Amino acid sequence: MSNMPAELKFTKSHEWVNDNGDGTYTVGITDHAQEALGDLVFVELPEVGAKLAAEDGCAVVESVKAASDIYAPIAGEVTAVNDALDGAPETINSDPYGDGWIFKLSAGSGAADGLLDADAYQAVVDDEG
Amino acid sequence: MLIQEQSRPGRAATAQAPQHMADLSDLPSGLRRRKRAALPEVSELQAVRHYTRLSQKNFSIDTQFYPLGSCTMKYNPRACNSLASLPGFLARHPAAPASHSQGIMACLHELQDILKIVTGMHAVSLAPAAGAQGELAGVMMIRAYHDARGDHERLEILVPDAAHGTNPASAIMAGFEVREIPTGNNGDVDIAALRDAVGPRTAGIMLTNPSTVGVFDRNIQAIAETVHEAGGLLYYDGANLNAILGKVRPGDMGFDVIHMNLHKTFSTPHGGGGPGAGPVGVSKRLEPFLPVPLVVKDGQQYRWQVEPDRPESIGRMTAFGGNMGILLRAYIYARMLGADGMRRVSEYATLNANYLMARLQEAGFTAAYPERRASHEFIITLKPEAKAFGTNAMDFAKRLLDYGFHAPTTYFPLLVPECLLIEPTESEAKEDLDGFVEAMIKTRAEAEQAPETLKQAPHSLPVRRLDDVRAARHLDVAWKADETGEDAA
Repeated sequence: MSNMPAELKFTKSHEWVNDNGDGTYTVGITDHAQEALGDLVFVELPEVGAKLAAEDGCAVVESVKAASDIYAPIAGEVTAVNDALDGAPETINSDPYGDGWIFKLSAGSGAADGLLDADAYQAVVDDEG
Repeated sequence: MLIQEQSRPGRAATAQAPQHMADLSDLPSGLRRRKRAALPEVSELQAVRHYTRLSQKNFSIDTQFYPLGSCTMKYNPRACNSLASLPGFLARHPAAPASHSQGIMACLHELQDILKIVTGMHAVSLAPAAGAQGELAGVMMIRAYHDARGDHERLEILVPDAAHGTNPASAIMAGFEVREIPTGNNGDVDIAALRDAVGPRTAGIMLTNPSTVGVFDRNIQAIAETVHEAGGLLYYDGANLNAILGKVRPGDMGFDVIHMNLHKTFSTPHGGGGPGAGPVGVSKRLEPFLPVPLVVKDGQQYRWQVEPDRPESIGRMTAFGGNMGILLRAYIYARMLGADGMRRVSEYATLNANYLMARLQEAGFTAAYPERRASHEFIITLKPEAKAFGTNAMDFAKRLLDYGFHAPTTYFPLLVPECLLIEPTESEAKEDLDGFVEAMIKTRAEAEQAPETLKQAPHSLPVRRLDDVRAARHLDVAWKADETGEDAA
């Protein structure tokens, strides 16, 4: 069973969001997503400074099985990207909620409140069978 | 071993090189190489052995059952090859005038007519040289149609999430935005989601029917009405035409554009990326935009229709008339089959698929859409086996190679986890289908008792399990002389 940390928020499209408490939010893909994709071989990161609307396609992860868009879970401006993934996309497989983070957004406080909590996301995953 | 690695300086096989071609004095010196090209220098025997051995490593339709879903790996009749290789066809220069090309143009003209009848479309162009190029031509015509009407806001192409990856790629290349439409649990397009998605921005929808999940979309008429009422056009991806050949026509379903993969449905050799042929058929309103050239008959003479005859054409897809050798093989195949034969193609293709699906289900495998009749292909999911034994669809696929079967398509469509997409085609005998079922049963028994056997498969092929993750992460596709310490220059 995939790991779903209770302190994070989630989307139906399998991104996670962490409210860093300082007006920034860290985004990555879930353990379930990395498991379904398999070994990642390429990550296309967004540009720092890009202004995103919620659900904008803003990054791409590619495995030997499939390429998949990553969507902005909330609206905001990209403040940082995880450049370390460039040479080591497998970090997303090994540590999806830690070193495998993908980018950070700045947004107002409470911006992620409307997203799924761990239980609701678990239900989404279960529903996929 | 690469042939470059066998190369030794000065070793040459010149017996078949015409001496007069070695004289370069009529080439301006500024255009000549200063350094010899790094071609391998081997003896004639070494070259013969190298390529003979390579050919013996082929896993092909001529040697094995090849149920690679979505690829229609059917038998390629030898007669098509022999006739297309007649010297009159082979030796014709692509720039030969029409007056010297009446024979081949008669064949092409008839092929255009056959494809029109088979698909129920108003007109056909043979120009696109592959399926993906046919798709591009198709969506470019949709674009040209809306533009010609001054309808410049229609920039969105709808694509079901089960579509072939080429569909959204073609739409993007033609300058459209892509909007994804979900597939319902029964395998049909989610018609409510489609109704929500259509509107004044809808340029069209790209559909494969039967779809990539191996079922015929029962709502096709409602889909056609919905998209047409919104002002959009319907694009038919002909990838799965083998399922309906001679039975149902895309033109009658309401489609405005279709591309056909002649290399699949009309059985020309393919695999390894080519060659292909992707003719496009259109409804009446799209005819002006067809890619050139077309062949027309004026009285008793065949003539090329090119840009001046068709000012609204989207243009050329290749410098000449498409992949002639493939078009000829497809023409001969169509003529050998006739209308009755084409019906038998789809009947046996679907019979074989449904037989195989029923037998695999009986053996305990899980069909992805058990309540639906299969078209010419079907999906099983190995998710239960993955959970129980820790072996995935790729492990099964690799182990099947050891048993002498080309693996089915794995992990496509993405909607179904741990899936195998299986397309037996009409060519296979019952005994071959039964042999495949036996191999699947044996493989599952091994998965249960000795999963490592699967995880390390294949065991009996010249190339063992490839590390495709490493290959993708550290892409290395060019041979360099210094890698072997030899100077090939």
